[in-house]
Amino acid sequence: MSAPETLLTDAQLAANFADIAPPLTNDAALLEANQCLFCHDAPCTIACPTHIDVPAFIKKIATGNLRGSARVILEANPFGHSCARACPVEVLCEGACVLKTRDEQPIKIALLQRHATDYVLEKKLKLFEPGKRTGKRVAIVGAGPAGLACARDLRCRGHDVTVFESKPQPGGLNTYGIAEYKLKADVALAEVQDILDLGVELRTGEPVDAIEPLLKEYDAVFIGVGLGGTKQLGIPGEDLPGVTDALTFIEHLKTHPYRETTVGRQVVVIGAGNTAIDAVTQAKRLGAAAATIVYRRGEADMPCYHYEYELAKRDGCGFRFNAAPQRIIGNGSAVAGIEVRTAHGSETIPCDMVIVAIGQGSPALTWPKDNPRVFTGGDCANGGAEIVNAAAEGIAAAKRIHERLTNG
Amino acid sequence: MADLRTNFAGIDSPNPFWLASGPPTNTYGQVAKAFDQGWGGAVWKTIGEPIINVFSRYGSVDLGQNRMMGFNNIELISDRPIAENLKEIAEVKRNYPKHAVIASLMVESKQKAWHEMVKQTEDTGADGIELNFGCPHGMSERGMGSAVGQVPDYTCQIVEWVKEVATIPVIVKLTPNVTDITYIARAAVKGGADALSLINTINSIVGVDLTTFEPQPSVAGKSSHGGYCGPAVKPIALHLVSAVAGDASVKIPISGIGGIASWRDAAEFIVLGAGTLQVCTAVMHYGFRIVEDLIDGLSNWMDERGHRTLADIRGRALPRVAKWEDLDLNYHLLAHIDQDKCIKCELCWTACEDGAHQAIRRLPRNNGGPVVEIIEEACVGCNLCAAVCPVQDCITMRQVKNDYSPVTWKEYAAGKGKLAPRSEHFHTATWSPSAKH
Repeated sequence: MSAPETLLTDAQLAANFADIAPPLTNDAALLEANQCLFCHDAPCTIACPTHIDVPAFIKKIATGNLRGSARVILEANPFGHSCARACPVEVLCEGACVLKTRDEQPIKIALLQRHATDYVLEKKLKLFEPGKRTGKRVAIVGAGPAGLACARDLRCRGHDVTVFESKPQPGGLNTYGIAEYKLKADVALAEVQDILDLGVELRTGEPVDAIEPLLKEYDAVFIGVGLGGTKQLGIPGEDLPGVTDALTFIEHLKTHPYRETTVGRQVVVIGAGNTAIDAVTQAKRLGAAAATIVYRRGEADMPCYHYEYELAKRDGCGFRFNAAPQRIIGNGSAVAGIEVRTAHGSETIPCDMVIVAIGQGSPALTWPKDNPRVFTGGDCANGGAEIVNAAAEGIAAAKRIHERLTNG
Repeated sequence: MADLRTNFAGIDSPNPFWLASGPPTNTYGQVAKAFDQGWGGAVWKTIGEPIINVFSRYGSVDLGQNRMMGFNNIELISDRPIAENLKEIAEVKRNYPKHAVIASLMVESKQKAWHEMVKQTEDTGADGIELNFGCPHGMSERGMGSAVGQVPDYTCQIVEWVKEVATIPVIVKLTPNVTDITYIARAAVKGGADALSLINTINSIVGVDLTTFEPQPSVAGKSSHGGYCGPAVKPIALHLVSAVAGDASVKIPISGIGGIASWRDAAEFIVLGAGTLQVCTAVMHYGFRIVEDLIDGLSNWMDERGHRTLADIRGRALPRVAKWEDLDLNYHLLAHIDQDKCIKCELCWTACEDGAHQAIRRLPRNNGGPVVEIIEEACVGCNLCAAVCPVQDCITMRQVKNDYSPVTWKEYAAGKGKLAPRSEHFHTATWSPSAKH
């Protein structure tokens, strides 16, 4: 397909993809940290799937112990950098802040977490060390947050870890799939490098087709391969050039200079989950004149977080609810519109690009469910959730693997 | 990682952080929990003939949103029987042999009473004894606490009585409610004290209810002066610790007390001469868990600065505590405003104009540029503008080099040395009520 050039300048593109939540200044971080009540058995900590001791790390910011603060965060969650930027804190830690119950703004936990973890990235501090070598070997399939969280904790316990990754770069969706204005690949890769520096063997570009050979060579196998590709709509016109899926679109955006990613003038995104929001906002930010979510159900049924919906509206994205896609209409070799069924009959929404974001399918890899040496975590085990869930599951699996390797 | 192990007057503890004698050290359960969470030692709530407390006991001073910036109490010593306290001390020491367990004592000022109390205490296996000569309320009315610690002769006498029978180290806890604490410190040394701890609380009334005219904390409509503590008293404690540590005749270790809430506070006490740190109010506010950051923050700071042990830093700031007459009059400073950081609140201007030396000039707000600038010929380098500025590192004080040799007041008054030309006080020439300020 011919690639329409964005009409935006480089400066406009850079501004559109700049951090949506810029870092706190030192002053602001100190002020904010001192607002924290330092709750006991804190609701924010309970709400976090990795149970970061939030009051403890905030107190350490207040006392000027940034290294200690980052250690508290990263000990609980090896993906503390990316979670500070991409976690749905509105429904997790910040949503649980007790200040909300007296009609105040919650503590800016995500930004404080970023403040502390940025410090160790900037100073290149190494907070963790590999444990005493046990001689046990673990294979990890997939270098996303689940696999690498598991790898980090296994290395800290002294086990040898080899990670197999099909993509050229590690990090999984952190590197390839988080909205650019939330998390940039350089941060995701720096975070990963900290884990690799513990002596993790990483084999990129090596997809794993079968688990059995790994089980012969390794004492345990952790599977954190994520989900499969975006599901198909199953409607006519889906193969037209100008139709893409959200993950491919976002991955391209994140691995190329902004202007090299194709974007239509009028973009339709099908689906209303968080990935659909990431796609529609980024299409708009790339310079689409109109970017519209088309969703077969109603506003209240949207699976995306409410604050993501609000963000898309602020970005000027459109929403068509109760509009079920019937077919994508082509005009020669390009997309010309999408026909939807509404309560009032059929209607054609003109567009020159369609992004499909109706969820990911199952992973291609299969594995034995009853082998005690096979462990899983992350999207492939939980059906698709947040970075923080993947990290929590990777850590929990590392604990179980360690128990098996040392007691079994 | 920095080595925080401490030997204080012969008492070992895994780190310098001790709980001060007070409500957090009232029972076995509290002290055992504190040790499990990382505290290195504990000074038991003062033991003596059990007392009866009033119900309302604590008063708090808030500063803006910050609760308990200052705190006071009219609580007395332990209200539990002596035997019960001693039994629990023995049990703690048995179960936590590597931690420092100190018994704080206060009995009537009779030789026999002190001998008896000290002997009983030693039977517990406690590592040391702290003599409470500082409690400023209640007990002092009965001739104990600060009533002893305010009179050098009494202090010396009772320390002597205690040392007649004590075989474990004796720490004397000093009251700040005196004109010159070094007199009391020397009296304790003369009596044979093995170490000092300071400061105890400061006489205070934390506030008055303006509806009822009841001072706080109110007990059935009345109150009594209580002992003030918490972050507010730290500067007073730092001064008194440095005064005692810097006294040539005091060569015994000092346990620093007074408003310690963070590792930074602790480090300041250490570099001014403290061997251990005692904490109470911060624990009453946030619980024993605060010790984790006290240890972590202190050792991270020591690692970053290349200090390996506490001995490497203890007293390092003391040589820099000088008499005013020994300060250099030719060391000149000038305030510098980083206009890129300035948020245009003009707090520096109003502070300098009304409260100091009229050395900042206002510029029109409507031109988009700076709104304040330093009048260099008027600036005396006093630090006020930097102190009020709400932005970190926006106003900094910079040294202005001159060709003059340092000269102190002592030298200058004796006719030695020359003063470098200095900013003259630049009074606002006129003041008219109609001028817009």
